[in-house]
Amino acid sequence: MKKLPPILLVCFLAFINAAHAGPRIEHWVAPSGAHVYFVEARGLPILDVAVDFPAGSIHDPAGKSGVASFTRSLLDAGAGTLDEEQISGKAVDIGAQLSGSTEHDRAGMTLRTLSLPNEREAALQLLLAVLATPTFPDSVLAREKARSIAAIRDADTKPDSIAAKRFAAAIYPNHPYGRQATVESVERIGRADLVAFHRDNYVAMRAVVSIIGDVSRAEAEAIAQRLTVALPAGQAASDVPPVSLPAREVIKVAHPATQAHIHIGAPAIARTDPDYFALLLGNYVLGGGGFVSRLMQEVREKRGYAYSVHSYFSPRKLAGPFEIGLQTKREKADEAIKVVEATLTGFLAKGPTAKELAAAKKNLIDGQALRIDSNAKMLGYLSLIGFYGLPLTYLDDFPGKIEAVTVAQIKAAFARHVKPEHLVTVIVAGD
Amino acid sequence: MRNTKYFRNSFYQKPLAELDYENMTMKRRLFPALARTLLFGCLFAVSLAPTFANPAHGSNPAAASIPVGTFEQRLPNGLRVIVKEDHRAPTAVHMVWYRAGAMDEKDGTSGVAHVLEHMMFKGTKNHATGEFNKIVAEAGGRDNAFTSLDYTAYFQIVPKRALPQMMALEADRMANLKLTAKEFEQEIKVVMEERRLRTDDNPVAQVHEALNAAAFRAHPYRRPIIGWMDDLEQMTDTDARDWYRDWYTPGNAYVVVVGDVDHREIFRLAEKTYGRIKSHGLPVRKPQNEPEQTGIKRVVVKAPAKLPYLIMGWKVPKLLDIDKDREPYALEVLSTVLDGHDAARFAKNLVRGQKIAQSAGAGYGAMARGEALFLVDGKPVEGKTVAELEAALRAEIKRVQDEGVSVEELARVKTQTIAAQVYKRDSMMAQAMEIGALEAVGQDWRNIDKLIEKIRGVTAEEVQAVAKKYFKDDTLTVAVLDPQPLDQAKPRRSTFTPRH
Repeated sequence: MKKLPPILLVCFLAFINAAHAGPRIEHWVAPSGAHVYFVEARGLPILDVAVDFPAGSIHDPAGKSGVASFTRSLLDAGAGTLDEEQISGKAVDIGAQLSGSTEHDRAGMTLRTLSLPNEREAALQLLLAVLATPTFPDSVLAREKARSIAAIRDADTKPDSIAAKRFAAAIYPNHPYGRQATVESVERIGRADLVAFHRDNYVAMRAVVSIIGDVSRAEAEAIAQRLTVALPAGQAASDVPPVSLPAREVIKVAHPATQAHIHIGAPAIARTDPDYFALLLGNYVLGGGGFVSRLMQEVREKRGYAYSVHSYFSPRKLAGPFEIGLQTKREKADEAIKVVEATLTGFLAKGPTAKELAAAKKNLIDGQALRIDSNAKMLGYLSLIGFYGLPLTYLDDFPGKIEAVTVAQIKAAFARHVKPEHLVTVIVAGD
Repeated sequence: MRNTKYFRNSFYQKPLAELDYENMTMKRRLFPALARTLLFGCLFAVSLAPTFANPAHGSNPAAASIPVGTFEQRLPNGLRVIVKEDHRAPTAVHMVWYRAGAMDEKDGTSGVAHVLEHMMFKGTKNHATGEFNKIVAEAGGRDNAFTSLDYTAYFQIVPKRALPQMMALEADRMANLKLTAKEFEQEIKVVMEERRLRTDDNPVAQVHEALNAAAFRAHPYRRPIIGWMDDLEQMTDTDARDWYRDWYTPGNAYVVVVGDVDHREIFRLAEKTYGRIKSHGLPVRKPQNEPEQTGIKRVVVKAPAKLPYLIMGWKVPKLLDIDKDREPYALEVLSTVLDGHDAARFAKNLVRGQKIAQSAGAGYGAMARGEALFLVDGKPVEGKTVAELEAALRAEIKRVQDEGVSVEELARVKTQTIAAQVYKRDSMMAQAMEIGALEAVGQDWRNIDKLIEKIRGVTAEEVQAVAKKYFKDDTLTVAVLDPQPLDQAKPRRSTFTPRH
């Protein structure tokens, strides 16, 4: 259910974080209590709106993993007097795109619409309805539970999915970050769980409203207030338990696939940790920078062991994972892991060379323009800045922060956040 | 399947990938429509949804015009350069497309188009191996390449100041690739790992491979883009070098640039870089047309999985003459009515209404150098069989044959088309892909707006007529995944034989 896509989105947003001076971001708190982030962009007749809440899977009730995901995905299954067919029909009739996502920390809805008065009005009305007055019909929940269970059973036959789930469970033992929806947990979910989850988590004062496009500040103020004023009035988000580090371990799972799927890693970093920039740069050199990274050079370019090999940090509200991942034909798994471990050990001992660091800085700083060159990309930043409480000047500050990082800081940051004694290795379909 | 592309590097695991970001704006449901994301890329999304008419002022459907802000120049060596100016941000997309894809391969060397694409990132006479990636990375850019049945394309997305350097690099490897046996031996292993990842351990991909191999007996679309494993094992550096020598020439290529540029400056740069390369002739291409199919074909794939999967492909016409053809537009509208949006018939009736499908999709690519298939696919919900799903999918087609489509459904196709035109303008990469994909099949980018108007002009009668005419069993191929329990499956060894 929430296997690859949510994970991807988190790490993706987390990493696409470079910047020269970006567009001017305006911020205010709406009378409803919602935090609003706005960029006026008149180039295209488009309006993009995202409304996010701290309502991710980390807030799933005990034993009912999947509630956060079902709540979010059933927002548009019925709202006010509209049923799911009317909702999808109305969106299609005005060319609007209404979508949503559930990650570990957050969940929310995104709307893209033409900015013409009629289309805009109808689209916002629809977004308001699904956010504030979802009906969570029993019949839809029953159907979606059945589809979810079938998808889980199917995914549990696939080596990539087995490996990803096993890895998350192993590095976050006894923590919500390690829990995932199972057939049993989905079976236990009822309509009352969704109603309660919505009431407790989709509340105005925890909402982050991101707006970019063809509207004025005054219009944006009205939109943000209108979208959030009818939401439940609730408290600040409740705390989640701290993350503890797992013991070093190698987990092998048998599977008939031709390739072994390998994950190596541990919990590593929270989004607001000051080591973020050092780790971002260091990881670019280690395994985040595509073909110029050390892992790609050693595993793929020199030895032909794998098509894909990467490493990343995926910062979250609490310590998100550091992970190295690759696939190689099953009989080569042990050799490939040795190469990966030697590469990581070498990097932890010495950090990047001065030349590698300079190249990484050039990519991250000069590449900033690419990461904010569309409204869709900027919307992602607004939502990231708002949700994780990053400074409004985050994009403007980024080049300076990156430029200031030294080799010594990267070494020290890796020593603090990637400790070999806590690394878990999961191998599915190895020999 | 028509739009399946094999990238040199996987986007889906790379945090720093452009397309992931683009995908953020797409529908993210709990269960993404399997068919649409895996198979089709959807003609609407990829090649028919451009960018100019502004519905804000109720543009007149009759007034299809040549896209503004786009320019073309042909160099003396035959290379065409197409530039679309988009000044919203100081960035640019640079793409080089070669009209040579998997369909141009010969039996015994299947996969060589894609292997060569990998080898293009090795050294040239002027740049050592690995330098290409380093230069792009240090410019703050991203690069990749992809191979399809019809073409091979390379691209960089960069801050605009790096564009001259990118053009010099691409021109260099168009003519000066140094393809060594040693590097080939290393890279062919990577490609075999790619095949294991994408196909051998992926039951749905195996079914797609089986469908193509069954639907086409004579036409080269029967071969997989990535190549048969045995052909990859037998492939040599000479095969790759021959491919490069045969097809990589300015006369068989075109350059697409979209971004914050002055087209005159790009034309000048193109003359100084690509313009210095001499063109040569191409190997003779024989049509290899598929003989008429005269009976249903069925094929079954057994692989470890829980849910079965079904895909059905009917032989249908592709677009040849933009002005005279009508049927391809009607087929395009039909695929949108069935599966073009959240309120389309398959999702509404089969997934939500009858609850028979875990997922269901439809797709048609009018733009192809080879043959066209209209594809319908899906997974049944637990407790239902593929036979029941097949009957339900067929019933949906029959309903169009018997009752046609409604005025409201046609209006939705038009609305979606207009909105897609506007939304496309938020992505330079999407705009470049649109131009490139059209040119790849021999169509002219100047017709982008005209294609949109043609789609909008399709009538309910025309949709019903193509549904009646083309959806007959005699031209149908059905491929099915028969899921096998995991615990009974034996580990599968790679069938690697020592190379000589």
